[in-house]
Amino acid sequence: MAKYLLKRIFYLLLTLFIVITVTFFLMKLLPGTPLQNQQKLSPSEQHLILKQYGLTKPIWQQYLTYVGGVLHGNFGTSFQFSDQPVSYLISSRIGPSLLLGTQAMILGVVPGILVGALGAIKKNTWVDTTTTIVSILGISIPSFVLAVLLQYFIGLKLHLLPIADWGGFAYTVLPTIALAASPFADTARFTRTEMVDVLNSDYIELARAKGLSKWGVIYHHALRNSLIPVVTIIGPLAVNIMTGSMVIENIFSIPGIGEQFVKSILTNDYPTIMAVTIVYSVMLMVVLLITDIVYGIIDPRIRISGKSN
Amino acid sequence: MADEVKLPADSFEPLDKSKHLDSEKIAAPNLTFMQDAWRRLKKNKSAIIAMIILVIFFVLAFGSAFISPHNPNAVNPQLANLPPKWPGVNINGVNGTLVQAGSRVNAYQAAGAGAGVHYWLGTDYLGRDMLSRILFGTRISLTVAVVATAVDLLIGVSFGLFSGWKGGWIDNFMQRVIEIIMSIPTLVVVVLLILILKPGMTSITLAIAFSSWTTMARLIRAQTMELKGQEYVLAAQTLGESSIKIAFKHLLPNLSSIIIIQTMFTIPSAIFFEAFLSFVGIGISAPQASLGTLLNDGQKNFQFLPYQMWYPAIVLSVIMIAFNIFADGLRDAFDPQTKE
Amino acid sequence: MQSKENILEVNHLKINFKTYAGTVKAIRDVSFNLKKGETLAIVGESGSGKTVTTRSIMGLLANNAVVAGGNVLFHGQDVLKMSQRELENLRGAKIAQIFQDPMTSLDPTMRIGRQIAEPLMVHKGVKKAKAMAQALEMMKLVGITDAENRINDYPHQFSGGMRQRIVIAIALINYPEILIADEPTTALDVTIQAQILDLMRELQDKIETSIIFITHDLGVVAGMADRVAVMYAGKIVEFGTVDEIFYNPKHPYTWGLLSSMPTLDTNGDELPSIPGTPPDLLDPPKGDAFAARNSYALKIDTEKEPPFFKVSDTHYAATWLLHPDAPKVTPPEQIIERQKKFAKMQQQLEDKKLHHKVEETEEQP
Repeated sequence: MAKYLLKRIFYLLLTLFIVITVTFFLMKLLPGTPLQNQQKLSPSEQHLILKQYGLTKPIWQQYLTYVGGVLHGNFGTSFQFSDQPVSYLISSRIGPSLLLGTQAMILGVVPGILVGALGAIKKNTWVDTTTTIVSILGISIPSFVLAVLLQYFIGLKLHLLPIADWGGFAYTVLPTIALAASPFADTARFTRTEMVDVLNSDYIELARAKGLSKWGVIYHHALRNSLIPVVTIIGPLAVNIMTGSMVIENIFSIPGIGEQFVKSILTNDYPTIMAVTIVYSVMLMVVLLITDIVYGIIDPRIRISGKSN
Repeated sequence: MADEVKLPADSFEPLDKSKHLDSEKIAAPNLTFMQDAWRRLKKNKSAIIAMIILVIFFVLAFGSAFISPHNPNAVNPQLANLPPKWPGVNINGVNGTLVQAGSRVNAYQAAGAGAGVHYWLGTDYLGRDMLSRILFGTRISLTVAVVATAVDLLIGVSFGLFSGWKGGWIDNFMQRVIEIIMSIPTLVVVVLLILILKPGMTSITLAIAFSSWTTMARLIRAQTMELKGQEYVLAAQTLGESSIKIAFKHLLPNLSSIIIIQTMFTIPSAIFFEAFLSFVGIGISAPQASLGTLLNDGQKNFQFLPYQMWYPAIVLSVIMIAFNIFADGLRDAFDPQTKE
Repeated sequence: MQSKENILEVNHLKINFKTYAGTVKAIRDVSFNLKKGETLAIVGESGSGKTVTTRSIMGLLANNAVVAGGNVLFHGQDVLKMSQRELENLRGAKIAQIFQDPMTSLDPTMRIGRQIAEPLMVHKGVKKAKAMAQALEMMKLVGITDAENRINDYPHQFSGGMRQRIVIAIALINYPEILIADEPTTALDVTIQAQILDLMRELQDKIETSIIFITHDLGVVAGMADRVAVMYAGKIVEFGTVDEIFYNPKHPYTWGLLSSMPTLDTNGDELPSIPGTPPDLLDPPKGDAFAARNSYALKIDTEKEPPFFKVSDTHYAATWLLHPDAPKVTPPEQIIERQKKFAKMQQQLEDKKLHHKVEETEEQP
């Protein structure tokens, strides 16, 4: 297990390094400098600003400086807000994003598992049909459409919750629901498929032959076996939520990292784009690593083979 | 126990062996794999309805390139923000009236439109016909999605085939590459690619394709590895057939169901990405429209003119739902085990 | 053997399956009985209805199965009419089952000790510690080496043969009256097969259970069973004692099965097989279902289903060839050999009896 973990961490660092390198050189391919927002400057002033950003040095030096900086948590200075280091921009905005993301993950996965399991247990009944329809809707309706619907009906028409802005739990409810819909639907579908497979398996047949009651079979044998694989979709769900957060934070005017990302794209603020890219990748890689470890712990088949390797 | 009933005299004559023995006859009709899948698909009512809906949308969206009620790009500021009006129908919502400052007014009269003027789905903030724009936008969205999926297919299938067929360190390396790509959120890749390629229809299509082929590649690789061990592939190898020929003659036909199913799931996700990017403002740019840009435009006036958002939202959602249901149906049809 | 009571009686059982394509008549009038302590083998090709029959005994029929007639009496009580509750009390306690594939029939995420102990805890309310102790005993009984250390292992840490021993331990932990073994050795290597069969024989003596042994392999039957029922297309076509079926078969299908089984005496290079495939039970043929594959078929076979003809008190076969009016046919050569052997055996038995009698009389003063 320890060896496996080391290998995983090595790959994680390698990936991170590649991500940093690739984004750096991609950004260098792009036109646009910090000057685009301040056109009326003399050439010497322009040179001074470029020098401030370190853009007068040869590219390879810029690269080394950048990598060195990133290792120390320094992502350079924003083009858009010339007085702000990117690291500050991100650290001040990551809180709301993490909060929303975590809430959406919990709100998506837990009910998703319940609904999916119920659909499988009550296969081919109206319960199953209902859960299937709900999950198809959840997968099909884009989060931003759902977000605007929630805003319109719950915020604008019914005045139940704030339409937008940030400042307390009430403000997180609508964006969390909008973000959680798709992970919920994914989890429900995945759990249902797993559970249907498990319920058709020989060992469930054997459990029935042992004389366990229907719910005894489900509780003692079916649930655990169908829930273990759900861990493997947490990674993709995290991607899903990150993607969604970019637009949801925009719609609800939440000062998060996703909203900043969109702003940076629209203003060609390359240092911020690069930093957000790296932060997103790190978050995803950490989630993938954790789910891998958790999977290894809860699935005895992997646990043992990990030990013997 | 023996039967007491009188039996006809010739009952115990032996039958002619050559005539009645059916050692070669097979009881069930002989269907090809595709026929069998189609037969199962036909039994799935919701999948067939979804398919019909999709066909209608495709026909309308692409047919409107030739016959369209209005020019989707014709600006008419006088007739801006008109609500839907259907000829001869007087129901609030489709009779051309709007609630303004608490009272219902006839927007068409106020704008000075003639009695014969009616926009089925209203007009947008520049007075462009919403129906035409939605048809136009749907066409662009579907085009982007289908082309992106085709490119995705090409990359994914060749990558997966190559990786799975070669095996060894090449496969190992190629899988690491996929792992690295997969540990970067798709959307970030798409955004980076769009920034480099400049926003527009081509770049958005390529960006979606380049960032979504990994799933296809993985599926194809896994299946190729399995097929590689099959006797008929080994036999072809032993007979000295070239790898390319084996790929086209033996592997691809057996991969076809996976490819079809995965494609059907990729298209809606490509539609989603296009809408998403255009909605955020880095996708299709004006004067072109896609469902995403229409939603973006609609959202700006959503509080006052909700219809401008409703219709594109409904069209987008219905297309997504239909694709997902159809894809589910296809998967069940190709892979009956998952259903039974 | 005859005098012993029937613990299980299956009478005129008919089971249909509702499918997309129509109603499949999987079991078409099956009757048999099981006596205390005996082993009954049910033999037939896949799809002949062996497994469906046993499922109905366990009350484990699939949702789309419809019992169209007949009953399954366990100690005189109809299993098919039992409530869910009563069935649960029956399964794993009075009637237990061993499945075909030990690789998939154990819960991959539960320790095997717990899996073996589960029926005890469910049916007898035994506390966990005590149940685990009994599970350990049972593991030793089924020949799992180093049982103390392995009781907390997971199924994937065992070989196929060992897993089947675990499955047997699960089935026997409550000392069931009936053990249904559904092709318990099919998925195993030949050497392991023999071990498992030996184990089952040994345990049958210790636990005094009756066994219904389902198989398509007549070779396995010879050493295991007391009586044999041959099934074809949802019906029993011949039943009798092992010797009767093996050495004096009357049904052409049994002939076919026996001829396609290699024996030490088999000579020549070709092993005969039964031509064709079983009929489509969506629409069973008129008359004898086997007629289309039967080279001994008579005209009446295509018109009327044959009833059972009595061969001996214990031996019946459903074929028109046994009708007094039927022409005499010559069975395949191998079967004639077998019948000769059978005659010799009967003769020896008679001789022995006679001899015995003579001895007895001699002893008299």
